[in-house]
Amino acid sequence: MNWVIDLIGGPQTVIAIAKVLIVFASLLVLMILVVWAERRILADMQARIGPNRWGPFGLLQTLADGIKLITKEDFRPQLADRWTYAAAPVIAAVASFLAFAVVPFGDEVTIAGHRIDFILSDLNIGLLFFLAAGSIGVYGVALAGWSSGSKYPLLGAVRASAQMISYEIALGLSLIPIVLVSGSLSTKAIVAAQAGSVQNVTFFDGIPVLESISRYFEYVPNWYIWSQWPAFLIFLIAGIAETNRAPFDLPEAESELVAGYMTEYGGAKFLMFFLGEYLHIVTVSAMAVTLFFGGWNGPAPDFLGWVWPLAWFLFKTGLFVYLFVWLRATLPRLRYDRLMWLGWKRLIPASLLWIAVTAVVNIDNAQLSRNWKLGAFGVMFAVVMVWVGKGDPRLRSAVSPQRRLDGTT
Amino acid sequence: MTLEMVVFGVTFVVALGSSLAMVFARNAVHAALFLVIAQVALAVTFLLQGAYFVAALQIIVYAGAIMVLFLFVIMLLGVDKRDALIEPLPAQRPLAVGLGALLAAEVIYIVFKGIDLVGDAGGEAITALNRDPGNVLAVARVLFSRYLLPFEATSILLVVAVVGVMVLTRRISDVADLQTPEDLPAGAPVKEIAV
Repeated sequence: MNWVIDLIGGPQTVIAIAKVLIVFASLLVLMILVVWAERRILADMQARIGPNRWGPFGLLQTLADGIKLITKEDFRPQLADRWTYAAAPVIAAVASFLAFAVVPFGDEVTIAGHRIDFILSDLNIGLLFFLAAGSIGVYGVALAGWSSGSKYPLLGAVRASAQMISYEIALGLSLIPIVLVSGSLSTKAIVAAQAGSVQNVTFFDGIPVLESISRYFEYVPNWYIWSQWPAFLIFLIAGIAETNRAPFDLPEAESELVAGYMTEYGGAKFLMFFLGEYLHIVTVSAMAVTLFFGGWNGPAPDFLGWVWPLAWFLFKTGLFVYLFVWLRATLPRLRYDRLMWLGWKRLIPASLLWIAVTAVVNIDNAQLSRNWKLGAFGVMFAVVMVWVGKGDPRLRSAVSPQRRLDGTT
Repeated sequence: MTLEMVVFGVTFVVALGSSLAMVFARNAVHAALFLVIAQVALAVTFLLQGAYFVAALQIIVYAGAIMVLFLFVIMLLGVDKRDALIEPLPAQRPLAVGLGALLAAEVIYIVFKGIDLVGDAGGEAITALNRDPGNVLAVARVLFSRYLLPFEATSILLVVAVVGVMVLTRRISDVADLQTPEDLPAGAPVKEIAV
């Protein structure tokens, strides 16, 4: 047995392979739960019952659906581009799985003298890896639409690619303030920087009144959401757009495009797209938790050491998945030009402005604590955004070319 | 034989194979896709050397952004299979052979001479840099200190290029829209140009 371990590169390699397999299997099981949860929550919000026949509370419904999809006939449209058509769903699913590699889902544990981190790979470029996986995901969508050899998928793919590329910029820019304040691109280091309570960090330094009341803040966790909430809002909006979910689900708008880029897909290939989309939701939720809500940090009793961080991580991520479903049940779909307007003319300038603010505050940390300054600037930022966001009539006419031609601005 | 060598061997085969496949592919979209595979394989070789940052940039910028745009153009223009076989520029092929030979000679020269120039110490120095301050910090330090001016100049150049393309490709739908405010009688509504 030992020579096999040595051959493939020692115990660390074995641990890495085992982690990958365990996380992969857990994510698949998690997907079943997420799809079930979405259907139940949607049903609840619409005063329906939802799937409740197979298994307790209908828990096994998704499994049944999955088996149905896998055993379906595998077909290919006549005009489809053979290999690209087959590769597109795989790319979409793999890109979503890849992004999870840099998500820290718990603390570390020591088994038989080997330290095991609860993160697949603690890269020192973790955030960039997350973005890279997202940019590879665009291929799955674009190729699916093109290779189907059909009109609706092509339109859906063009929409989806344009949307994903546009919002990728805002997504990337919203991560930069976090990098500035934490000083690292590693997701593990970012989670570590959010440990403890706000009382212990420089939150109250410099202002005597606040220093005296700081003991009341013992139980407030030191999360980046307090000082970086503008970045969080931008991240959340761009993240929802990246996953092509409502209200940004134009690429698969069923009333206009049948099912967008996946119109010509069925059976196991459709399942891959489905898997990729729901996994993407989980990844974006997990990233939001990691960057702004302290990751796996949370109060934990002394027993069962490694379980609590994992539980906290799953709980927080679950709340975000719930938010995704909630938005789907609540918001109507955006018009396409409105979507582009929001991405390019609002989110990108807003994130650039916030980067500048964070950078300036970060230079000087002498008197007031950084967090208070960021908070103050945050309020100013919000006022500016609301003021700009009201929009002048010229911008409103800009989104309707026909009205501009008519001269009725 | 270590695991690293195995990974390098696989990457090498994939990079070379997909590059060749790109050249010989009849379908323009397939050629673009093979180029993407080659670029991802290149990113893996960067990872093998501990240059994580460069690898991430390789994927985000080249595979993620530039090739997506290429693919977009090819898909939307609908490059036909027949088009790919017609030579629009007659001098292109001999010129490509000549330049290719020049490039090959350059590569061969660097492979045989460059190892002497850099020496083993060069590789070790890079590995040490990647380990100690880390690849991100090492790149950031030189980029924002020694090479700050070229870096800023490049970014301005790119912005100028983007603005230039916007101006040049701006399509005017109606000739009547070309009128300037000075041509109009006082008080007449100014029509904006639709793009």
